[in-house]
Amino acid sequence: MSDVLVMAPRPAFAPRLELKTVVIGLCVALVAWLALVPLVFLLWQSFLTPQTASVASRYTLENYWAAYFRSETAELFLNSVEFASGSALLALILGTGLAWMNERTNTPCKALFFALAIIPLVIPGVLFTVSWIMLASPKIGLINLALQKLLHRDTVFLDIYSMAGMIWVDGLHYSPMAFLLMTAAFRSMDPSLEEQAAMSGASMLQTARRITLKLAWPAAVGSLLILFVRAIESFEVPALLGLPVGIHVYTSSIYQAIHQYPSEVGLASAYAVTLLLLTSIGIYAQSRLSQQGSRYATVTGKGFRPRTIDLGRWRYLTAAIFIVYFIVIVLLPFLVLVWSSLQRFYSAPSWQALRRVSLDSYRAVLDYPQFGQTVWNSMVLAVSTAAAIMLLSAVISWIVVRTKLRGRWLLDNIASLPLVFPGLVLGLAIMVCYLTVDIGIYGTLWIMFIAYVTRFLPYGMRYNSSAMLQIHKELEESAAMSGASWSMTFRRVILPLLKPGLLAGFIYVMIVSIRELASSILLYSPGTEVVSIMIWELWQNGQYVELSALGVMLIIALFCLVLLAQLLGRRFGIAEA
Amino acid sequence: MLSVRALFTEYGTKGAPVKAAQNVAFEVPRGKLFTLLGPSGCGKTTTLRSIAGLEKPTSGEIEIDGRLVYSSAKGIFVAPNKRNFGMVFQSYAIWPHMNVFQNVAFPLEVRRLGKKQIRDKVMQVLHAVALDELVERDATKLSGGQQQRLALARALVMEPQLLLLDEPLSNLDAKLRDRMRFELKRLQRELSLTTVYVTHDQNEALALSHEIAVMNEGKVVQIGTPRAIYERPRDRFVADFVGDTNLIAGTVGALADGRCVVRSALGDISALPAEGVSKDADVVISIRPEDVELCEGEPQRGNDDNVCRGTVTGRDFLGDYMDFHVTVGDLVVLAKAHPSLRTPTGDPIYLKMKAEKCVAIPVSRHPHSKPAPVAADATVRLNK
Repeated sequence: MSDVLVMAPRPAFAPRLELKTVVIGLCVALVAWLALVPLVFLLWQSFLTPQTASVASRYTLENYWAAYFRSETAELFLNSVEFASGSALLALILGTGLAWMNERTNTPCKALFFALAIIPLVIPGVLFTVSWIMLASPKIGLINLALQKLLHRDTVFLDIYSMAGMIWVDGLHYSPMAFLLMTAAFRSMDPSLEEQAAMSGASMLQTARRITLKLAWPAAVGSLLILFVRAIESFEVPALLGLPVGIHVYTSSIYQAIHQYPSEVGLASAYAVTLLLLTSIGIYAQSRLSQQGSRYATVTGKGFRPRTIDLGRWRYLTAAIFIVYFIVIVLLPFLVLVWSSLQRFYSAPSWQALRRVSLDSYRAVLDYPQFGQTVWNSMVLAVSTAAAIMLLSAVISWIVVRTKLRGRWLLDNIASLPLVFPGLVLGLAIMVCYLTVDIGIYGTLWIMFIAYVTRFLPYGMRYNSSAMLQIHKELEESAAMSGASWSMTFRRVILPLLKPGLLAGFIYVMIVSIRELASSILLYSPGTEVVSIMIWELWQNGQYVELSALGVMLIIALFCLVLLAQLLGRRFGIAEA
Repeated sequence: MLSVRALFTEYGTKGAPVKAAQNVAFEVPRGKLFTLLGPSGCGKTTTLRSIAGLEKPTSGEIEIDGRLVYSSAKGIFVAPNKRNFGMVFQSYAIWPHMNVFQNVAFPLEVRRLGKKQIRDKVMQVLHAVALDELVERDATKLSGGQQQRLALARALVMEPQLLLLDEPLSNLDAKLRDRMRFELKRLQRELSLTTVYVTHDQNEALALSHEIAVMNEGKVVQIGTPRAIYERPRDRFVADFVGDTNLIAGTVGALADGRCVVRSALGDISALPAEGVSKDADVVISIRPEDVELCEGEPQRGNDDNVCRGTVTGRDFLGDYMDFHVTVGDLVVLAKAHPSLRTPTGDPIYLKMKAEKCVAIPVSRHPHSKPAPVAADATVRLNK
């Protein structure tokens, strides 16, 4: 044997603090701090009375009394549930129908469907809501104005400021998510199960109804729960459409409790705890369901595409449905923003207005004093959040997937815990936490950084765990057998192999960070505004045309980022195949 | 020399721990190839991974050339990356983000060798496995056989104290497997590397090894040279697992001079007693199909021969030989014969079996084969 290569064995008993141990310990502590501490403070705060200059806060149950036993309580709860279930159902019905059309039929121009996946990413909720106000508000809504002109009547045809309007906008906004969830469900289904039904003499509709939908049932219920949680968390739609006409749900009530004077943090916390309970039940039920659903597991791993159903002439109808959907969810909102951004004052399209088209509003936005700072804040937050999350979750998912460490399931659960935090609740919890534990980050970008990292950590975990599961364990073991230490193996083998997943996750987290509004709105201070906050403020100030200009620019920027992500994903996808 | 002593490895899954290796002990002299052979789930891979350090045993000792790498008594556990053992994994574990050269250079880079030295050593070992033409090739663009050789090169380049091979040929097609087996043997013998080889394929084990340990249910059942394992199985499981065999139940009548007489459904058979056979014990006789000689006329009976008469009840032509199913009483005996023997089905035929080829194995040796069922159905097991 060569003496160069034979390594002297370490003294076997020398106590050593391995890098691996240190890193694992740090990650566990960090995740616990991020996910658990704000929760504790939120609970604690919900039992306190408001603190004023003269009166110190004391422990009380009044907040819960107020949250549960006031006269408005029942209405608040019913509103929230009605709004959330309505939106979830609308999204699910739209999503399932579209997914079936896309995966199982020969509807023409299916390629366009894939564009759908990116809509909720590139049109942030606040912009989507604003654009629908411009389309369907009773006074300025373009659809109302157009219909009134056409029919020569003064009736208000559509009123977006209503429960139905809220459900319409929110359900529409989450329908692409339902589409993706159900597409995945249809794809993982063994096509031979359906072909067997066809061979047994079932017609197309019978097959769809008795086999396809039955098999997709657990996935549909699971998706419904996810959508319900998302809808009950959503803040933009209830705040912009519900508050002006007094339709309150939990998220908007939390916002109001904080933004009134004197602000009632305790009451807001009590509402937040209630909301947290609702979302936790939803997520728990969903995860139980997906565990049970394994008996429906239909993944075959065989690479063939399912046979698509020939719809005959009906395929023109499905294509039409699809095009209408595309217009409603993409074209109309975007075009109305573009139109209003080209005006000096908001006005309905007409020949007169067309002559007044100008780019003044863009100029105004770019000249806005804080514009540069705001964009910079957003970029810094997006990049640093994405980097921190992807690195942290790479190590955590390695621990969870690869090691046999005791308690790793707990780590996994804690890292995924922020999934149940509505953005507003998380913002509130972090606000309370760092107001109490004053380490000098309140009012700086750091507090928003912490909020973003906490909120989006589960996404990073998802990207990294699925990438990690695809890396064969022996690839790591052979590095160890080659003499590589843990850190060397992580750096030279694991990280490079994770790269496609890391990159895709990085850009995804960047995008959701840029759109983030619900947490930021409780945490920003003058000087730390981000782009979504600027949109919010422009709306509050009634500067609709400037808002539209900013919105159009933001949508284009996000669209470029998404394209970049898909390009990168494809390139690395091929290289690794 | 590698020595493994009283090795126990368990998996701590929920509930009762899975006893993957139980009291495994063996020694591999320097430069020899030692094979762990057994069906899947017998604990052979666990044993290999325990030696590698990828699995932490529950107790025992592993020592290589006087260096303890694991000892439960002394609290020693050397991490796998400090053991300097080369290993070829079943999946080959070729890093897809590196090319051929980078894959092989990795073990040297982590040892911080100079650039020049790395280049020389890598080229040398790539030449030895005939991959020197493909240095810059993406590792993912190699064929199965090339990947296998690359994995071997990567294990060899660090000049390991011990080479561990985990079913390295199982992912190759049959023709390639034979060629690679030959290559592997040549390299191992040329470099005289101490090697532990894991396989479930008896042919590989017989062809490659200096010594074989047959494992079953976490335990080593028999250790011996390939010839000893094949010709003198000490255990019903070994006889059954390694090669095809006829198993004939019987009882020992007489025992003398290295022979015993077994009363069986074939009549009194003179056989070679395995260790632990005593008078009146229940045994099974293992006789390989190729050791059953067939004659159409009554053969000359030698001093040490067993002869009985049966009827041909089935024939399979397999090219280089023929399988004959010969029924004697209630028993069916499988015999391999030269294709020139053309006795038709239904005709009588004589069986001639040398006593030294008939190994009498005590039935109680194996905990799971109780003597009763063997004697009761009294048929011969035809394997594979």
